[in-house]
Amino acid sequence: MNLQDLIKDLSLEIVTCEESMNNEVTGAYVSDLLSDVMANSNVGNIWITLQTHLNIIAVADMKGLAGIIIVGNRKPAEDVIEKARAEKVTVMTTPLPAFEAAGKLYQLLDR
Amino acid sequence: MPLNSDKTIEGSFQLVGGNFATAGEASGELKRTLTDLGVAEEIIRRAAIATFEAEINVIIYAAAARLLYFIGPSSIRIRIEDMGPGIENIEQAMQEGYSTAPEWVREMGWGAGMGLPNMKKNSDEFNIESVVGEGTTVEMVLNIP
Repeated sequence: MNLQDLIKDLSLEIVTCEESMNNEVTGAYVSDLLSDVMANSNVGNIWITLQTHLNIIAVADMKGLAGIIIVGNRKPAEDVIEKARAEKVTVMTTPLPAFEAAGKLYQLLDR
Repeated sequence: MPLNSDKTIEGSFQLVGGNFATAGEASGELKRTLTDLGVAEEIIRRAAIATFEAEINVIIYAAAARLLYFIGPSSIRIRIEDMGPGIENIEQAMQEGYSTAPEWVREMGWGAGMGLPNMKKNSDEFNIESVVGEGTTVEMVLNIP
């Protein structure tokens, strides 16, 4: 399973790092608490969150996550996008709320 | 894995409170330095997380802090001395879920009472000393096997 496989089902818009769509996805973690993500996510996980501020990029980079999916039609600001590009962190957005995004992702990963 | 260097490598950072945009500068540099030295990825990750949580704590609670790191052949030592309000009850502060962070910080997804526990979890040795009205000093050691 890689990021490319998720785009259609999760209605993803790729904000940064289109080149990383072949990155292997090992699982996912849903949380809006950044320390929780640092404590409990795993390398290669997709992170589903509604947070859009700058610190999410550092968290994803530090944990070696496969990418961030920002839910509920929220969009990251330009400085966040710039930092994501600089750190090579894949950021995606979806109009889906977290529960639906996670549900669909769970089914895909379960296949 | 032995390091490419048998000398101690030192670095220091001045951290300023209040500005979340600067979070990750110190941990990022430490991460790059450890990567250049060929330290195992898992140890780098733990060191970066522990340092990042420390940076966040300084940003939330303190006016400023000094962060020092020492990388030796068999360990990484990270020390943060802050000029903050100090911690009255360290035992309570170390409990997961306990936090005195203001509401706006919690809205950012910080201040969940996991910072100090995460720092402890990611280090092999963890020491914290605090004087109310003066500041808090945290020292963490990660062993390089």
